[in-house]
Amino acid sequence: MMKFIKLLFRNQLAAVGAVILSIIVFLALITPFLPLQDPGATDLPNKFLPPFTEGHFLGTDHLGRDMLSRLFWGTRMSLWVGFVAAMIAATVGSAIGITSGYFGGRVDNIFMRFVDMLMAFPYILLAMAIVAALGPGLNNALIAVAVVNIPFFARNIRGITVGLAQREFVDAAKLAGMGHTRIILFELLPNVLPVIVIAMSTTIGWMILETAGLSFLGLGSQPPQADLGSMLGDARDDLFTDPHPSVIVGIAIFLIVMSINLLGDGVRDALDPRLRSGALSRPLPSTMVDRGGDIPTPTEDLLAIQNLETQFHVGNRIYRAVNDVTLTVKPGECLGVIGESGSGKSVTALSVMGLVASPPGVITGGAVRYEGNDLIGAPYEKLRQMRGDKVSYIFQDPLSTLHPLYRIGDQLAEAIQSHHPVSNAEARKRAIKLLKDVRIPNAESRIRNYPHEMSGGMRQRVGIAMALANEPEVIIADEPTTALDVTVQAQILALLDDLRRDRGLAIIFITHDFGVVAQLCDRVAVMYAGRIVEQGLTDEVLAHPAHPYTKRLIACVPELGEGRRVLAAIPGLPPIVSDLPPGCAFAPRCDKARPECSQGDIALEGAGSQTVRCLYPEEDIK
Amino acid sequence: MSVALKIDNLSKTFPIKGGLFSKSHPGVRAVHPTTLEVQTGETLGIVGESGCGKSTFARMLVGLLEPSTGVIEIEGKPFDNANPAEFGKMIQYMFQDPVSSLNPRKTIRQIMEAPLKLLYKMPKAEREKRIAEIFDSVNLRHEFLDRYPHEFSGGQAQRIGVARALAASPRIIILDEPVSALDVSVQAQVLNLLADLKTEFKLTYLFISHDLAVVEAVSDRIAVLYFGSVVEVGKAESIFAAPKHPYTKLLADSAPVVGRPLTAPEQKDTELPDPLNPPQGCAFAKRCPRATEKCSAEIPTLTQMGEDQFAACFHPLEG
Repeated sequence: MMKFIKLLFRNQLAAVGAVILSIIVFLALITPFLPLQDPGATDLPNKFLPPFTEGHFLGTDHLGRDMLSRLFWGTRMSLWVGFVAAMIAATVGSAIGITSGYFGGRVDNIFMRFVDMLMAFPYILLAMAIVAALGPGLNNALIAVAVVNIPFFARNIRGITVGLAQREFVDAAKLAGMGHTRIILFELLPNVLPVIVIAMSTTIGWMILETAGLSFLGLGSQPPQADLGSMLGDARDDLFTDPHPSVIVGIAIFLIVMSINLLGDGVRDALDPRLRSGALSRPLPSTMVDRGGDIPTPTEDLLAIQNLETQFHVGNRIYRAVNDVTLTVKPGECLGVIGESGSGKSVTALSVMGLVASPPGVITGGAVRYEGNDLIGAPYEKLRQMRGDKVSYIFQDPLSTLHPLYRIGDQLAEAIQSHHPVSNAEARKRAIKLLKDVRIPNAESRIRNYPHEMSGGMRQRVGIAMALANEPEVIIADEPTTALDVTVQAQILALLDDLRRDRGLAIIFITHDFGVVAQLCDRVAVMYAGRIVEQGLTDEVLAHPAHPYTKRLIACVPELGEGRRVLAAIPGLPPIVSDLPPGCAFAPRCDKARPECSQGDIALEGAGSQTVRCLYPEEDIK
Repeated sequence: MSVALKIDNLSKTFPIKGGLFSKSHPGVRAVHPTTLEVQTGETLGIVGESGCGKSTFARMLVGLLEPSTGVIEIEGKPFDNANPAEFGKMIQYMFQDPVSSLNPRKTIRQIMEAPLKLLYKMPKAEREKRIAEIFDSVNLRHEFLDRYPHEFSGGQAQRIGVARALAASPRIIILDEPVSALDVSVQAQVLNLLADLKTEFKLTYLFISHDLAVVEAVSDRIAVLYFGSVVEVGKAESIFAAPKHPYTKLLADSAPVVGRPLTAPEQKDTELPDPLNPPQGCAFAKRCPRATEKCSAEIPTLTQMGEDQFAACFHPLEG
């Protein structure tokens, strides 16, 4: 709650709205106790007295009634009507929305067609029709305004509920013996309540305006009862001779609606978890760089990641996602990077081309060299030219990386044309060739497909074709087969292997699967808590793991063909990278750890091809 | 040994509404008529690729989905009303996604209490005691009870999922990909816990997964699903070592194994069968190297091939 208020007041406009609104609401609440004149007492001789007259601070209206008193009572009435209408609309609308979203099918159909019918009329026309049927009066205007706003709530809440009703916790609740009513009230409602509050805070201003509108037309409050709308309606006739009653009421309406809307927007922003995490703030085109320390010297390798450090700065916390990572690849070589979630393997990959979202990502040290040239801190235009042309990526989920609304042929052609000035016909020809290269049958007709028309395996082939479009030298594949079935995975791996042998591609293959690494990669690097803990030739590392983490991780993975057995487990959890222990990050989970393991940095050492970051390695590799 | 779960001729067809101007469609058959028995105390592994009907199958078994045909019998008692509240006391479900299966707005205590309160009408003091017992069994600290789901790691949340399933004191638990969202180092913790609980509470498991190695490690018997049908059932030790059905062999050959060279065990341009327009005979015939004319005309049925092994194939593999 405190966090919410803090967030709300960070938005200055919302804070202004909150202050104005609380003053207005406070005054409206204490109106009956204020020493005001009778708002209905007419005094015709003293009509249209200007403001600041003795005894009438804001003057009088066309019947000589005290404006100040009428303004207070009118505001009170308008606020009350708007609030009640919003409550009714929110309750009825949300009930409709949540019921039709949860049950779906016929119930949904009937409710939503009813709502559609309401929406088919212009709202003011519908409100007028309702008042005409029920007769004028403030209560009937209130009902009309509430009815008119029901569709807004019903549709919003239904959309949210449809998503929630398919979540597994609803199934779990059914299996725990809950009936439909209980599920709606105790499982779904708490989850949609924030949305209802947001929707209310953004519509209550509208409802006040609409009620005022009906009163202005003479359909709402009837004399002598006054709300802001009817006051404005009364004052309208004398707008040119005595403008002050209209102006005063107009300002009051403006202040109320504006403060409610400002506050409502603030509430929405503060409650919406996406906005809170800063996801809607636009990321920079390339990752921020703030390098301290020395920049490593160039090497001969095709792609060299040298002592890379990437961090995420969120509030006061610093997440050290990648620490002192050094990796290299040569043409035609496949390097495997293996690690659990949160080990920093994907962030390492994204740092290469400056694709880590910034803010909050910052590259704080090291270098990434392509043919000796440092890419960290390179101008955006240079990075843009290299992305996809020299170094390209294959991601885990092809469904989310391909644009759903464009044909795959057009997407491939765009990838080619953004780097090479070729004609449309030529780009199309190349697109077909690429699809053939990744062995998609009937490439000529397949280029007209949309991503959703293809199976997961076919889509990932398109993802690979896209990565190959500009004949890059390096492909970085981030768990490209994790989302695929085993039979499809085997095909994709064989394809990648052929491509690197035929074209001399260098591949950095990120995975959590030792089986895949063993089959595809020449060398492997094992990452834990943002650091490389072991690196070497794949056969070497798998047969003789030197780091206790590698050894125990391999033991955790069941292998096909060993039958039923008890599996080895590593107790505990990986550390959170915002709070890394000193020394070896694995020490708290390691049964070989000694006190010196938790002191000071441990170097990545070794002789020959295998290196390890451990004081007491499992194998003597020096 | 007694039979814990018996299903007879169970199938599910999802209707597809014909449009205003189009012919009505017979519907998509997600699960073809299936007959299976699971012994008390057994772990039956169910493997298959995406879209093979494993989740539809599992949801019917716990009453979340009404079967189109067939009978489900749990410990000799028939269940035919698709009422999850009634199924809940006998059979529980453990979900794949540990985070999505816990309501984000409820404390763990509220989540744990629901089955005790609603299925067993237990008074408060008794509930407290029971929850404490279960939490001890799954190695969770008691102070977790007053926290919310987002405060837990995947492994812990999955333990809470096990605890919730256990709270209903079921005889059978369906484990739907219980570890595929977890890291390997944590995966083994959960699998071993499940094995311990099975002995402690004399449970029967149905273990659904796409990871052959994990299924093989935890199961007594394994059923292989393809396109909504069981194509092979057999002992865990032998089914992947000596498969009878060519699809089982394809699965076993596709799994990446350390020390085996990389080969694509299948031709590149194979397409999966279309559920809207199912093939006439064996659904695997188009991908099968051993297929003959008979395979694309007739649907093979499960027949015994060797001890404890059944396969639905006209031309089974020898050995």
